[in-house]
Amino acid sequence: MAEIDTSLPIHAHSEVRHHFDTADQQFESSTLGMWVFLLTEIMFFGGMFGSYTVYRNLYPDAFASTSHFMNVTLGGINTAVLICSSLTMVLAVHAAQLGSKRKLILFLVLTLLLGCVFLAIKYVEYHEKWVDHHIPGPGFHYADSRYAHQAQILFFLYFAMTGMHALHMIVGAGLITTLIVMASRNRFTEHWFTPVEMIGLYWHFVDIVWIFLFPLLYLIGHTK
Amino acid sequence: MNHPIVPVRTYIAVWAALIALTITTVAVSKLELGEFNFVAAMTIAVIKGSLVVWFFMNVRRSSSLTRLFVGAGFFWMAILIVFVLSDYLSRGWVPASVWWK
Repeated sequence: MAEIDTSLPIHAHSEVRHHFDTADQQFESSTLGMWVFLLTEIMFFGGMFGSYTVYRNLYPDAFASTSHFMNVTLGGINTAVLICSSLTMVLAVHAAQLGSKRKLILFLVLTLLLGCVFLAIKYVEYHEKWVDHHIPGPGFHYADSRYAHQAQILFFLYFAMTGMHALHMIVGAGLITTLIVMASRNRFTEHWFTPVEMIGLYWHFVDIVWIFLFPLLYLIGHTK
Repeated sequence: MNHPIVPVRTYIAVWAALIALTITTVAVSKLELGEFNFVAAMTIAVIKGSLVVWFFMNVRRSSSLTRLFVGAGFFWMAILIVFVLSDYLSRGWVPASVWWK
């Protein structure tokens, strides 16, 4: 147990760390720090979006060919699932603001479930690719021999981008599980629930990455 | 912390807009519009992303410093994409003349 600094106001000792003046300043620092982390994530995904841009321009015909193998229905359902999970996440933050532990846990569990639904649908899509031999590597096979080499590069980009996104979803599911445990142990009050807000920011960021991946990988290209 | 509580109906409205835009972007992608398919898909994606950043990530109520950081992140991302495209898209525009020979 940390020692309680009796020089601080009585309401402050559990919520404001000694190096902050006020709860608002502490929250501002957390928000800014989280956004700086998310900027590194933008740059990280930016590298992959950049290579996607380059290869899409180098191989427009192969790109049009491979985009026929993207499952727009499953991709579209997954987009809706993630948008719904972003809604349940903001509702969880809303419940935390009101100090409602029951609703907070309910909405966090719903967010976690929707995240798992997304990953399950992603698994179905990856399985389709596996069955079709569209996974880059020694077993790769592409029906249109003109594009065999280029298609492998484009499928590699597909797996790199959606795979890194799915990995972020798995990390997010772990973080939300932690939040559920913390909430059930009464770690949050209506005055302090910063982790809920910060992990919410992360969750929405992962949603935004998908909002861009969905049109780029699934929607454009086949109408070239 | 005394942050104003955003009413639930705001969140529901943003969610409805995001779902509607998702349906729109799928519907537009079925049409044969040539280059406009790409423009439409990316415009809708930027609108959706902005809605999430502004309302769900609460940049609307964030401090100017946080907003500056958010803006800088997307600005740097734009630099990355625009500079890459300015190279790859412009190749071949100017015929490689033979002045050095």
